Amino acid sequence: MAEPVFIRPESLSDVSTHYCPGCTHGIFHRLVAEVLDELGLRERTVGVAPVGCSVLAYNYFDCDFHEAAHGRAPAVATGIKRARPDLIVFSYQGDGDLASIGMAEIVHCANRGEKVTVVFINNAIYGMTGGQMAPTTMPGQVATTCQMGRDVELAGYPIRMAELISTLKTPAFIARASGHTPLHAVNAKEMLRRAFRYQAEGRCFSMVELLSTCPTNWGMPPAEAMKWLEKNMLPYYPLGVFKTPDGGDRAPHPIQPDGRD
Amino acid sequence: MAKKLMKGSEAIAEAAVQAGCHLFFGYPITPQNEIPEYLSSRLPQVGGTFVQAESEVASINMLYGAAGTGERVMTSSSSPGISLMAEGISYIAGAELPVVLVNIMRAGPGLGGILPSQSDYFQTTKGLAHGDFRVLALAPWSIQEAADLIQDAFDLADYYRNPVMVVGDGLIGQMMEPVEFREDRRPIKELPPKTWASTGWKKDRPKAIINSLFLDPEELERHNFKLKAKYDEMEREEIRFAYYGPEEGELDVLIIAYGTVARVGLTALEELGEQGIRVGMIRPITLFPFPYEAIRNAADRAKHILVTELSTGQMIEDVHLALRDGRPLHFHCRLGGMLISPEEVIDKVHEILEGRSEEIRHG
Repeated sequence: MAEPVFIRPESLSDVSTHYCPGCTHGIFHRLVAEVLDELGLRERTVGVAPVGCSVLAYNYFDCDFHEAAHGRAPAVATGIKRARPDLIVFSYQGDGDLASIGMAEIVHCANRGEKVTVVFINNAIYGMTGGQMAPTTMPGQVATTCQMGRDVELAGYPIRMAELISTLKTPAFIARASGHTPLHAVNAKEMLRRAFRYQAEGRCFSMVELLSTCPTNWGMPPAEAMKWLEKNMLPYYPLGVFKTPDGGDRAPHPIQPDGRD
Repeated sequence: MAKKLMKGSEAIAEAAVQAGCHLFFGYPITPQNEIPEYLSSRLPQVGGTFVQAESEVASINMLYGAAGTGERVMTSSSSPGISLMAEGISYIAGAELPVVLVNIMRAGPGLGGILPSQSDYFQTTKGLAHGDFRVLALAPWSIQEAADLIQDAFDLADYYRNPVMVVGDGLIGQMMEPVEFREDRRPIKELPPKTWASTGWKKDRPKAIINSLFLDPEELERHNFKLKAKYDEMEREEIRFAYYGPEEGELDVLIIAYGTVARVGLTALEELGEQGIRVGMIRPITLFPFPYEAIRNAADRAKHILVTELSTGQMIEDVHLALRDGRPLHFHCRLGGMLISPEEVIDKVHEILEGRSEEIRHG
């Protein structure tokens, strides 16, 4: 009998998601689940879902979960981890959740060096509420609350969270990856693996920012959205490791077009 | 354990430790800073954890996370800080998590002042935050009672899987009195194991999802009715009050007051008794559930009713509700951090009896 070579990760529930066709949440849910499986962490993992498109993440990951108020996931994760340090705790948050309303919580969670992992989905827009401008929306990018494109004179420039968090002195693992090609997704999984491993070893706070697409609210087909991400977001949001707990190396190391670090 | 002279805030903090609370998340605000300060050094001694959060918003959400794992948790704050926590308290009630909250009330609105007040009665009992929920509210009048109620609060929170708030005015936080912690204390409720807690899922129980989101209206309606059933049970089972004064016969005046204002009322009651004036007093200990029936019964044998509060008239609305009949009341208050003196209460009672006090009608 043929051996299955590609199966659903145990950490992913056997259900359909509500995500739009072409949304990259599906890719990143799967990568997180694969990492939890491969590191053998599922049974002691508690996730924290945000408010935003991934608000129902607790239905998609097959582990215990908390649903947090908008932006507060790092505080909720802090509470869980401090109460039960033996648990593996991760939050899964979008850009409105993490970089706008939840800015204080993410900065202080990282600065306290909470031993939790933050999976940060940056798709440069508010998805669930219908395509409003996010703190990460690109200059000139059209959104429903900046219909002529983001005006940096009025709204400032997009916030680079990985860079911002990596300026903190507290040891941490901070990386940015993307999912717009299979090769980049492989790299993203490696970043997630390192993040969860650092937590499992009790080393440090970890955050992986993942560049994502939103075909629905960007108003373009999925394949075109992947290209738009590459052309517009990659130059502004460089990929790489910004900080490791081992030393002061904060230089980004963009991955090469051939996928090598 | 022998009696020990303790400041109210420290007694509250130690009572929490005695009740098995090993996690505290809080943010500094006057006049309750001695609670987090005490716990920051005390909790590590018992293997616990203290976290000074970046804001009240963060501390209530840390509490939400920690309570979801089944541990006993507490935070404390004062009025403006409780306002900031309101959203999180609503989520905690919606997700049915047991937490203990302490509000050492200061005068408002806005930044207001830092001195004692009871101006958060509405906030505590009626409109703490969005959505259809209640918190069980306990109002101590002494440091010993504050310590006792904190320990009861943990049992009640666990039993009902609901936030329990202990509200004291600034005096409860700041004054010093002898306190005794009973070593033989047993839980006041039968407490089931916390099988709902998120502790890592080995598939030996249903997956734990700590959540207040119900997108299906029928499911949310069922959830709302489930919550209401708990509040109804609190109203049947948890009403606490104390009565002081003549047990039988007609009263010239019935005083209704809670917290430290009731201690002032008791001093006045005793002095008026020596003057031959028959005064009784009802002191609500639970603000929600409120002792409507006890007040109604006592009012039946009183010629006049006087409500005293450190607010412009908040609890008095519940007294009107208790009496049902639109009966006029007398009211005396001090505001802004000013306190009511026994002399003021005595003078007010004389004014009432001499027909010089203006009556207050509702509706």
